[in-house]
Amino acid sequence: MRNPQLNANGELTHLLSTEGLPREVINHILDTASSFLKVSHRDVKKVPLLRGKSVFNVFFENSTRTRTTFEIAAKRLSADVINLDVTRSSTAKGETLLDTVDNLVAMHADMFVVRHAASGAPHLIADHLRRLGRNDVHVVNAGDGRHAHPTQGLLDMYTIRHYKQDFNNLVVAIVGDILHSRVARSDIHALTTLGAAEVRAIGPQTLLPTAMDKMGLRVCHDLRTGLRDCDVVIMLRLQNERMNGALLPSAREYFHCYGLTPAMLALAKPDAIVMHPGPMNRGVEIDSDVADGPQAVILPQVTFGIAVRMAVMGILAGN
Amino acid sequence: MNEQLLHLRNAHLIDPKNGLDACLDLFIVDGRIAAIGQPPTGFAAERQIDAKGLIACPGLVDLSTRLGGIETELAAAVAGGVTSLACPPDTKPPLDEPGLVERLVRRSETLGLARVYPIGALTQQLAGEKLAEMNSLTRAGCIGFSQAKHPIVDTQLLLRAMQYAATFGYKVRLRPQDQFLAREGVAHDGEVASRLGLTGIPVSAETVAIATALQLAAQTNVRLHLSRLSSAAGVALIRTARHAGMPVSCDVSIHHLHLSEMDIGYFDSNARFDPPLRASSDRDALRVAVRDGLAAICSDHTPVDADGKQLPFAEALPGASGLELLLPLTLLWAKQAKLPLVLALARITCDPAAILGIEAGSLAIGSAADICLFDPDESWRVTPEALRSQGKNTPFLGYEVSGRTRMTLVGGRIVFEA
Repeated sequence: MRNPQLNANGELTHLLSTEGLPREVINHILDTASSFLKVSHRDVKKVPLLRGKSVFNVFFENSTRTRTTFEIAAKRLSADVINLDVTRSSTAKGETLLDTVDNLVAMHADMFVVRHAASGAPHLIADHLRRLGRNDVHVVNAGDGRHAHPTQGLLDMYTIRHYKQDFNNLVVAIVGDILHSRVARSDIHALTTLGAAEVRAIGPQTLLPTAMDKMGLRVCHDLRTGLRDCDVVIMLRLQNERMNGALLPSAREYFHCYGLTPAMLALAKPDAIVMHPGPMNRGVEIDSDVADGPQAVILPQVTFGIAVRMAVMGILAGN
Repeated sequence: MNEQLLHLRNAHLIDPKNGLDACLDLFIVDGRIAAIGQPPTGFAAERQIDAKGLIACPGLVDLSTRLGGIETELAAAVAGGVTSLACPPDTKPPLDEPGLVERLVRRSETLGLARVYPIGALTQQLAGEKLAEMNSLTRAGCIGFSQAKHPIVDTQLLLRAMQYAATFGYKVRLRPQDQFLAREGVAHDGEVASRLGLTGIPVSAETVAIATALQLAAQTNVRLHLSRLSSAAGVALIRTARHAGMPVSCDVSIHHLHLSEMDIGYFDSNARFDPPLRASSDRDALRVAVRDGLAAICSDHTPVDADGKQLPFAEALPGASGLELLLPLTLLWAKQAKLPLVLALARITCDPAAILGIEAGSLAIGSAADICLFDPDESWRVTPEALRSQGKNTPFLGYEVSGRTRMTLVGGRIVFEA
């Protein structure tokens, strides 16, 4: 079975997941992002790469934050950006996902940036476009259920590469709600492809998926063990609804066991960086002293995110 | 009254029930098998059927067929060589009223295709709160009782249902899945679900339910059948119970015999099943259970229209069209597992007939002439057009399979001819 995000020439035609992305493709995206980063620092922050193209942000699940980053990225590439908040319109009238897509294709969309609550929804759209023979319309997954958030995964890789240069000897600790995290899955696949030496999954059993060892991870239930001598700490956001007693007794107990405090961070290497996909819950998964401290690279992640999303859209439009 | 005198010539007869595996002529009089080998005295055939190169076996018996559109699905059944099938009670409305059962029986008899055996609802509206009128439903034509895919959560009520059924000797069929452990789950809680971010259903959802059902069955002496096993651990529980002498039976769907969680690929909603496709080690254990005769094979025929499948995986409806693939996929399993046809065909003829307690699945002299005549080597491609069922939903679309029904007889009448 061919990876559905690559075309017959092995080029990226959709970005659906970091899983199965060849190392060269990832490096090409990161290198391209590096050149776009300079654009963002200029007075005139635009390049004409997507001039005349229509990028549709189709969000079946609310996220002003992510949508805005895609919007900025597309506008810096000179694309026309149309934002659709589908949670409030079509689906409420009973229109199916693929009906919505057909309608937008008829409006000459060149690219869909899709967020959906169901894992696999962007795959379904990409498969539908393939059956329609529309190889010229591209899909960017902006987060589907618990499955993937590939641009976040790639911007995380950009950040790590920026601060650590080489992946080969890196120990990366991912802490928190991995079970429900599309960011964690995207990070794990990308880190594996880029050859990170060790990836650790840290959290209570209620927040870790089964069979993690099959994904090449080392599972730690103890935060101290997991953080020891690591180079990169990726903290995950704990959604409010996970703290109601079904998976965790309370936010307070979670912070006590898995919150990243300066004392805990001291177990990592002295030059370890701390990342977070945002938005943070201060005092739940991360202490403010760490979040605002010298090892945190959380705001640079946001800056790099724009450049990475520009790179992804630029590359897709060229393939 | 059927006056036809049929002479089936040169067929390779395989009758697992009676250990028959030979090329012999078969003679049908008045809808029943009158003789094998030599014609009955004074027999003058009204129609001769030359079956050279074909296999004739008892018409297939399916433990669970969802009918949807009854006309098309019964036509699909006989096109697949299925002559008897059990219909689970989760029809709309559910089969909890004798009148509904009588209507289904009458309607299927009028169509005169496959024989339909309704399974009645164990509880009213399948709601798991009040017992259904099992005695009246049996008189209306039900041959057993189940909850289809709606488990009884209240274990005391489950005990009462088994006690009441056991009073009359009725068979109870359960799909073992603990609804709390399976809550919101859409795939096997394993490697693939973890990778794809799908909510998992742990194997314990099955084993907990099996253990509960076995305990209550032992207490009540009810005749218990467990439908659609999916896991190695589930098989092990039933094997142990059988060794201990419990009369429990079970089945495995033809899809679970061939597929595993890996077949979900990139969110293929045709591979969404209830119970879910599990690990390949589970599939291997199911194959051993079927080989050993611990479990029968079932089509678990569930037609779903395109709208129900063209959705993100978790939102798509579970199930696959199975009637027309039951025979070829059973043959494929036999070939892969290097098993004699007489053994493999038992799992879709006499074994399910014994589980249902119906007179079918045999070519014995005097039995109803329900026969499936098929070419074991004819290969065909599974396409939406090739399937007569309204359900075009199968993970085997595009596959080339071997084994095609050429003629199906029900009570000596030719109900399908290719």
